[in-house]
Amino acid sequence: MTSTPLARPTMRFSERPLGRFWREYSQSHAAVFGLVMTLILIAVAFLAPLIAPQDPYDLMQVDFMDSELPPGAIGGAGQTYVLGTDANGRDMLSALLFGLRASFMVALSSLGIALVFGTLMGLVSAYAGRWVDSLIMRIVDIQMSFPTILVAMMLMVTFGRGIDKTIFALAVVQWAYFARNVRASALVERSREYVLAAQLAQVPTFRILWRHILPNCLPPLMVIASIQLASAVSIEASLSFLGLGMPVTQPSLGMLISNGFGYLLGGKYWISVAPGIALGLTVFSLSLMSDRLRDMFNPRLKR
Amino acid sequence: MTEMIIRRLLQSVVTLLVLSFITFAGIYLIGNPMEVLADESATAAQIQAATERLGLDQPLWVQYWHYMERLFAGDFGRSYVTSLPVSTMILQRLPATLEMTVISLLISVGIGLPLGVVAGVFPKSRWSRGGSVLSVLGFSLPNFWFGLMLLLCLAVWFPILPAIGRGQTVEVNGVAWSFLTRDGLAHLAMPALTLAIGNMALMFRLAKSGMQEVMLLDYIKLARIKGLPSRRIVVVHALRNVMIPIITIIGLEIGGLIAGSIITETVFAWPGIGKLLIDSINMLDRPVVVAYMLIFTFTFVLINLIVDICYIVLDPRTREALQG
Repeated sequence: MTSTPLARPTMRFSERPLGRFWREYSQSHAAVFGLVMTLILIAVAFLAPLIAPQDPYDLMQVDFMDSELPPGAIGGAGQTYVLGTDANGRDMLSALLFGLRASFMVALSSLGIALVFGTLMGLVSAYAGRWVDSLIMRIVDIQMSFPTILVAMMLMVTFGRGIDKTIFALAVVQWAYFARNVRASALVERSREYVLAAQLAQVPTFRILWRHILPNCLPPLMVIASIQLASAVSIEASLSFLGLGMPVTQPSLGMLISNGFGYLLGGKYWISVAPGIALGLTVFSLSLMSDRLRDMFNPRLKR
Repeated sequence: MTEMIIRRLLQSVVTLLVLSFITFAGIYLIGNPMEVLADESATAAQIQAATERLGLDQPLWVQYWHYMERLFAGDFGRSYVTSLPVSTMILQRLPATLEMTVISLLISVGIGLPLGVVAGVFPKSRWSRGGSVLSVLGFSLPNFWFGLMLLLCLAVWFPILPAIGRGQTVEVNGVAWSFLTRDGLAHLAMPALTLAIGNMALMFRLAKSGMQEVMLLDYIKLARIKGLPSRRIVVVHALRNVMIPIITIIGLEIGGLIAGSIITETVFAWPGIGKLLIDSINMLDRPVVVAYMLIFTFTFVLINLIVDICYIVLDPRTREALQG
C-alpha cells in the first residue's frame, strides 16, 4: 500500500504478492509436487491430439487385430503399444490422453459455470437480504445436506448421458458451495465502513458489488474452487463409471476404467489400471494443492 | 424449545414433500415405460389399454397424488420388470447393504480414529505427516478407484479374496446374512474396506486436528502438572472433547455411506439395494427407482432432523436464548 507504482520494478520477486504467496505455498513439498503434477497433467491433456501416438476414435488408425495386447507389445504395423491396447485394439496411451482431456474439459467447464452462478447467487443473497436471502439459502442448505454423487446421479438419470448434461449436473452440485461462501464473505464486507462510504457517495449498487465487495471475497473463493476441481473430476469419474456420465463417443477416464473393468478379473488388468492410475494421480495432485491453499487461508492455523 | 422443534419438524415435512415431488417429476421425464412393459407383438390398442390401466395417461400431479395415496397405505407399487412388489424387492436386498455399511463403519472408526488420535498427539512426527498426505488420497479419490485397486491386488495379482458376490449366507429368521460364515466374511472384506476408506480418512483427519487443538489447552497442561499418566490424559481427558464433533459427523456421514454403497455394490456385484438401483435405472424400472429415492430422501431428512433436534436440546446457547 505504501509502495508507489514507480517503486514496483525494483521490488524483488519474493517481496511481491505473488512471491510472498509462493514462499508460503512452497513450504509444503507435497503441495509443490501437487502443483507441478497438475500443470504437467493439464498440459498433456490439452496437447493430447498432438502428442498421442494415434487418434483412438479414428477407426482408420485402430487395428482390430491388435486387441487386448499387454503393455509394451508390438502391433501389426510395427508400432509399440507402451500401455497395451483395449478390446478394440485401441492404443491405451492415446485413449488415456484423450480421456484425461475429456475429464479436465468437463471438470473445468462445470467449475466455471458453478463459480459464476454461485458467486452471483451469493452476492444477490447477501445484498438483497430478506426473503430472497432465505429462499436461496434454504435451497443451498437442502442441496448441501445431500450426498453430491447422489444428486448428480439423479440428474443424469433424468436427463440422460452426454457431455453437456454431465457439465450441467456437475455445475448443479457445485454452485451451492460458492454461493454459501460468497454470501458469508459479502455479508462481512457489506457492513464495513468503506462500503458505507461508497453507498453515501452514491456509487451504484452494481459497482459496489463488483469493484468493492467481490475482490474481497476472492481468497476463500479460490480455496473452494481448488477443492471443487478435484471433486468435479472425481464425481465425473464415478458417474461415467456407473454408465451415467459421458457418452460412449467421448470417454473420460472414468469410462475407460469402466470399459476395462470386465477384463480385469480375466487378468487383462492394464485396460482399466492405466486410466485408473492417471485418475488417481490427477485427483491426488489437485487435492494436495487445495489442501495447502485451505491451510494457508485458515486463520486458525496462523501464528 | 418446543416451538423451535415444531418449526423444525414442519420444515422437514415441507422439504420432504417438495423433494418427493421433484424426484417423482424427474423420473417421470425418463422415457416411456411402455417401451419396457409392452412386448413387441402388442398392438397399439393394447398399449393404450395398459397405459390407462396404470394411470400413465393422466397429468403428472394426478399421478403424483395417486402414488402418494398408495404410499401412505404402505404400497410402493410393483416393479415393471419383475412384477414383484417393490417393497419386497427392496427388503430382500436390504440386509446385504446393511451388513456392508455397518462393517465398513466399524472399520473406518476402528482404524481411522485411533490412528488420528495418535497422529494428533504427535503432530510433528514423520508418520503423522505422512498419514495426513495419505488421508488426502483417502477422501478425495472416488470410491470405485479403491475398489479397482483392491480387486487388482487381492483378486488378480495375489488371488486371496473372492472378487464378486456374497458367498455363503446363513438364514436368521428368514433373512440371509453373509457375515456369519467364513466364506461370507471373505466376500465382505473387500467391499466393506472399499466403502470404509473415505470415512477412515475423514475420521483420521478429524481426530488428528481435534487432538492437536485440544492437547494445547490449559486443562490438559493442568492434568500433566498433576502428574497424571499420559495415556489417561489422552484417553480420558482429551478424547472426550474430541469425540463430540466426531459423533455428529458419523451421524451425518450415514447418507454418504448409502450413496457410496451404490458404487461399491456395482464394483463388487454385491446384491444390495445400491446394485438394485443401478440395475433398475438401466432397465427403466421406474417404480423401483422412485421408491429407492423416496426412502433415501426420507431417511436422510429424518437423520438431519434428529441431529438438529439434538442440538436444540443439548446446546446451552439455544436453551438460554429461549429462557432469556
